[in-house]
Amino acid sequence: MSDIVLETRGLVKEFGGLRAVDGVDFVLRRGELRCLIGPNGAGKSTFFHLLAGTLRPTAGGIRFKDLDLTRLEPHEIARAGMGIKFQVPRVYDQLPVAENLWLSAHVRHGRAAAGTVADRVLDEIRFLQHRNTPVGHLSHGDRQWVEIGMVLAAEPELILLDEPTAGMTHAEARRTADLVREINRRATVIVVEHDMDFVRHLAAGVTVLHRGAILAQGSMDEIRDNPVVRDIYLGKRRRARG
Amino acid sequence: MDLLAVTAFGTVYAIATLVLLALGLAVIFGMMGVINLAQAELLMLGAYTVLLATSHGASVWAGIALAPLVVGLIGVVIERTIIQFLYGRMLDTMLATWGLSLALVGTVTLVFGPTTEGIATPLGYQTIGRYSIAHYNVFVVAVALGALGLTYGLFNYTGWGLVARATMQNATMVAGLGVNPARVYMATFAYGSALAGLGGAIMAPLTGVVPTLGLAFIAKIFITVIVGGPVILLGTTTSGAVLGLVESIVSYASTPMYGQVAMLAFAIVLLRLLPQGISGFWRRGV
Repeated sequence: MSDIVLETRGLVKEFGGLRAVDGVDFVLRRGELRCLIGPNGAGKSTFFHLLAGTLRPTAGGIRFKDLDLTRLEPHEIARAGMGIKFQVPRVYDQLPVAENLWLSAHVRHGRAAAGTVADRVLDEIRFLQHRNTPVGHLSHGDRQWVEIGMVLAAEPELILLDEPTAGMTHAEARRTADLVREINRRATVIVVEHDMDFVRHLAAGVTVLHRGAILAQGSMDEIRDNPVVRDIYLGKRRRARG
Repeated sequence: MDLLAVTAFGTVYAIATLVLLALGLAVIFGMMGVINLAQAELLMLGAYTVLLATSHGASVWAGIALAPLVVGLIGVVIERTIIQFLYGRMLDTMLATWGLSLALVGTVTLVFGPTTEGIATPLGYQTIGRYSIAHYNVFVVAVALGALGLTYGLFNYTGWGLVARATMQNATMVAGLGVNPARVYMATFAYGSALAGLGGAIMAPLTGVVPTLGLAFIAKIFITVIVGGPVILLGTTTSGAVLGLVESIVSYASTPMYGQVAMLAFAIVLLRLLPQGISGFWRRGV
């Protein structure tokens, strides 16, 4: 058995004439923590949706463990052990925090055990005091936490986090980085992120996407020293910040 | 005094039948958003299940117990062959279910004929002074309460109910959690169909069984669910209570026909004042 958890081969997604993802070959090994960065429109979110099964690729293949993901429905992909946190929090606003977590836990753990798992996760994300609060009453940052909690409750083998710190304060983002590293002890993780401080804090492998293709891969230091990446991404940001 | 007791029970009974008949639609239309114009025919099929059971020597009770199972299974078939392709397409759903309704009435007429078949009402009478109350009517009220309690408990206090509510709110999201929304939809539609089958079966000994049986109820039950508003089960129960009350008061004061007219007129006024339905403002309160 190889230790490759996720592998894409020549992955392409076209919207009309636009190639949002253009021939991506991506390999992820078990236990890895990988950050996916790139400027807006680089194809990060599309790539994510292809992995989650919410979009179907135009060409190419995706293997998750020994499954061909391009043939599976989103709920089958989730059952196979992939947990996804999208950019916009996908939580049930009318339902209490505990019930959101229960919903996420019950598929893997069964209905009887799901309550215990939900309680454990509540403690883990430090949300015990919000147990019965409808998620809609929480702040944007807290709703992000609930969704991270939902991913944890499902105990997936591979976790995809799309901009987990969007809408969070600096301190909250730090706490999230610590949590992501904690999660990484149990599962393989891919994080899409804009916040370079956060990526640096994670100290993870980095893949740079640009115009739908992989531009560079390596450690954060290698990426920072890569002149092409500097030019199209980091440099531009630095100049923009002035 | 006796008259008061009998009238009071008559009102409770009117409310109970309305809620019982509307309950299946509350699930299918209220929760799932499927405008099922064949809902009346699901009631009719429940009634025919009782007729078939009794004509084959089984008791009325066996027929009533069988009806939810039979009509629930028919619900599964309808959902798999028609409804599953039409979620979110309101006009197409109306057209398809209207066609289904005509087809079901036509088929049942071909097989069983267009005549009204009677089923003897079981159980006896309870006399109260100069008046009497049929025991079967008490049974109807009990079944309505039971079905309502069961449905409320199922959706609010079980894991399956939580998954069902989550699926109705956002199907893509539950799929991301590993739940197959298609199966939840199928099960919920089947449950709504089974409730309709139960309602039709309970009414069979009272109304007689005829292929067009459901036509008498379809407008009433849709209005009850619509007036009920967004808090589906309690809303439907409340609107059933209000509308059933209006209907039976006017019926006692004049004739049952005016009772129906008064009920529909009242529903229109109510929807004019509360366009969201009776429970429309409950949510804001919470």
